[in-house]
Amino acid sequence: MRVDGLFLIFIGVFFGIIAVVYWFFSYEDAGFLMLIGSALLGLLPGSYYLWWAHNMKPQVDDDPDASIAEGAGTVDAFPGSSIWPFILGMGAMFAVLTFVFGLWLAPIAAALIVSAAIGVTVESRRGGAV
Amino acid sequence: MTTTIERPELIEPEDPGGPDLHGPAAQHGDGDHGHHEGPSGLLNWLTSTDHKMIGKSYMITSLVIFFIAGVMALVIRAQLTSPTASIVSFQNYNVLFTMHGSLMLYLFAGPFAFGGLANYIVPLQVGAPDMAFPRLNALSYWLYLGGSVTMLSSFFVAGGAASYGWVAYAPLSNAINSPGAGADLWLMSLGLTGFSAIFTAVNLVATIFYLRAPGMTMFRVPIFSWNMLVTGILILIAFPVLFGAVVLLFCDRHFGTHIYSVQGGGVPVLWQHLFWFFGHPEVYILALPYFGMVTDILPVFSRKPLFGYKGMVFATMSIAALSTGVWAHHMFTTGVVLLPFFSLLSYLIAVPTGIKFFNWIGTMWGGQLSFQTPMLFSMGFLFAFLMGGVTGVLLASPPVDFMTHDTYFVVAHFHQVLIGTTVFAGFAGFYFWYPKMFGRMMNERLGKLHFWSLFIGFWVTFIPQYQLGLAGMPRRVADYLPTNGWTTMNVVSTVGAFIIGASFLFFFVNLWVSWRSPVAAGDNPWDGGALEWFTSSPPPHHNFTHLPPIRSERPTWDYNHPEHHKEHRQGAPPQPDTEKVGASS
Repeated sequence: MRVDGLFLIFIGVFFGIIAVVYWFFSYEDAGFLMLIGSALLGLLPGSYYLWWAHNMKPQVDDDPDASIAEGAGTVDAFPGSSIWPFILGMGAMFAVLTFVFGLWLAPIAAALIVSAAIGVTVESRRGGAV
Repeated sequence: MTTTIERPELIEPEDPGGPDLHGPAAQHGDGDHGHHEGPSGLLNWLTSTDHKMIGKSYMITSLVIFFIAGVMALVIRAQLTSPTASIVSFQNYNVLFTMHGSLMLYLFAGPFAFGGLANYIVPLQVGAPDMAFPRLNALSYWLYLGGSVTMLSSFFVAGGAASYGWVAYAPLSNAINSPGAGADLWLMSLGLTGFSAIFTAVNLVATIFYLRAPGMTMFRVPIFSWNMLVTGILILIAFPVLFGAVVLLFCDRHFGTHIYSVQGGGVPVLWQHLFWFFGHPEVYILALPYFGMVTDILPVFSRKPLFGYKGMVFATMSIAALSTGVWAHHMFTTGVVLLPFFSLLSYLIAVPTGIKFFNWIGTMWGGQLSFQTPMLFSMGFLFAFLMGGVTGVLLASPPVDFMTHDTYFVVAHFHQVLIGTTVFAGFAGFYFWYPKMFGRMMNERLGKLHFWSLFIGFWVTFIPQYQLGLAGMPRRVADYLPTNGWTTMNVVSTVGAFIIGASFLFFFVNLWVSWRSPVAAGDNPWDGGALEWFTSSPPPHHNFTHLPPIRSERPTWDYNHPEHHKEHRQGAPPQPDTEKVGASS
């Protein structure tokens, strides 16, 4: 966790410095704002990770001497086959095509997206924690 | 149906002699562990959330796109062979170079790496049972396929496909200069594939951060996975900006806004800022995964550990960080950007790239090199990328850039960079991991023929283009005058392009041969060191039944060659066996 957090903090600090230098060099808005956005993208999750690294018990994947046996037990729960990502993807495609070819495509897109949202939710409830 | 996945069991090294190329999975794997019930055939393709299935789908789709766009390149080259050729109309020529660039960059190069190979290999390399969010992973693929269909369908609408170049510069891409549904479909396709890339990036980052096997610390993760982590972060920085820019352009085209038009008080150059803030990191989103492939392949065929592991990690991070601060070096000739700032940062990228080259050479130096197909392609990458990179350093200099901007010099430069990475390194990775993915070998002789024909064609195509650029030939022109003196070099370049095209026939024959008369690969055909070579080929559902102890960045090597283990070497006197023999006699 610690290395992960520092990695993200490094990104944030680097873009922070570059953003400040760039602003006082050029006074150009678009690039400055995008650099600030990039700095936040590193700093926000990075500090969250560091906070967790501080407050969480050490993880087996960060321990250089961890044995496989120490990590025994559940890794996580993984979903099985599911048709809903396909339905949702096709719904997204019809949704953007609506902008090109007209509103008559919107009901198809809405039907696909809503059914996928319901389907995924029901699937998750039935299958337990995902 | 949700499955709860237990950790794989430990397996200790038990056979100290010789490389165990059949692998432990074959000896110890019990069939039930890998057993998986699910739909088969078409329904399996539609419903699978397995990262291996999705990775293969990504790879096949992106290779189809690659060959479509490659045929377009051949038509473009044929048109340029003679000054007055009329193979395609000028409008169709514009469509061709636009779609060639768009398909190659948005739909092949990135998805092949971070959707295809990374999706397949990263969970295996870090010892994970799947990607962190399998259904999101499947959604990424369907968004990508939807985006690909959207972009390809633009050929069939009235007015034809987009024709403003893959960069879609602002005044040209508005509703007056580029009317029609083709341009809109192009924008929508970018929206879909952009989100597909973002979701894949989230997945890769979460997988590498959270699903590593016990003992697999961050500094033991193989470089390919490290590079995919950095690529994931770059995607998260770059693609939202592209999506925002595309939405604004669509508003300009249809909803009467004036964000990129001067009439309403907008700024056309804002598009270039937004686009290149995406576009330059995109170059490294395309390049870093391929750097990672080469970094994983060279040590295996040099029979040495990687030289300078941490240097590689920090070089990757520096390249990625710097790449986001150099977007305006594509805009030097606009006259409204800060030349010294962007020039300096662009020069600086040469430093970490140089470190990488140094480490690649250091890895091969003094090793026992064996020139199998993946190694040949990796070395082809080194040559190609070196040439592309050095001309890139030239272009970072504003005076040189003013001279050569929008000439064939730039075309040659970025084709050498991109073919060096996506084609040479990409096919190195494909030949390297194909046995793992399909459990069968590719034919070595056909692979070498593929490499050499591609390598020769590559140089014959692009070296004349540098000279054409210096002689003043602009890019994106469909014809030129006989008196320009560009004809000979264009003919040579076209011949080279067709050699490249022909080289892929060897690839097709190779695939056909490996399917008709398969040669079983075994678990570890190259005697590789990373964790993906520990499991069977192809891996069982959820990847691992057993794991070795992870004590370095190449646990499979440690397991197969305990006599080379560092602790073993340090702990024991140089030749314990000789002593034993001497004592007994």
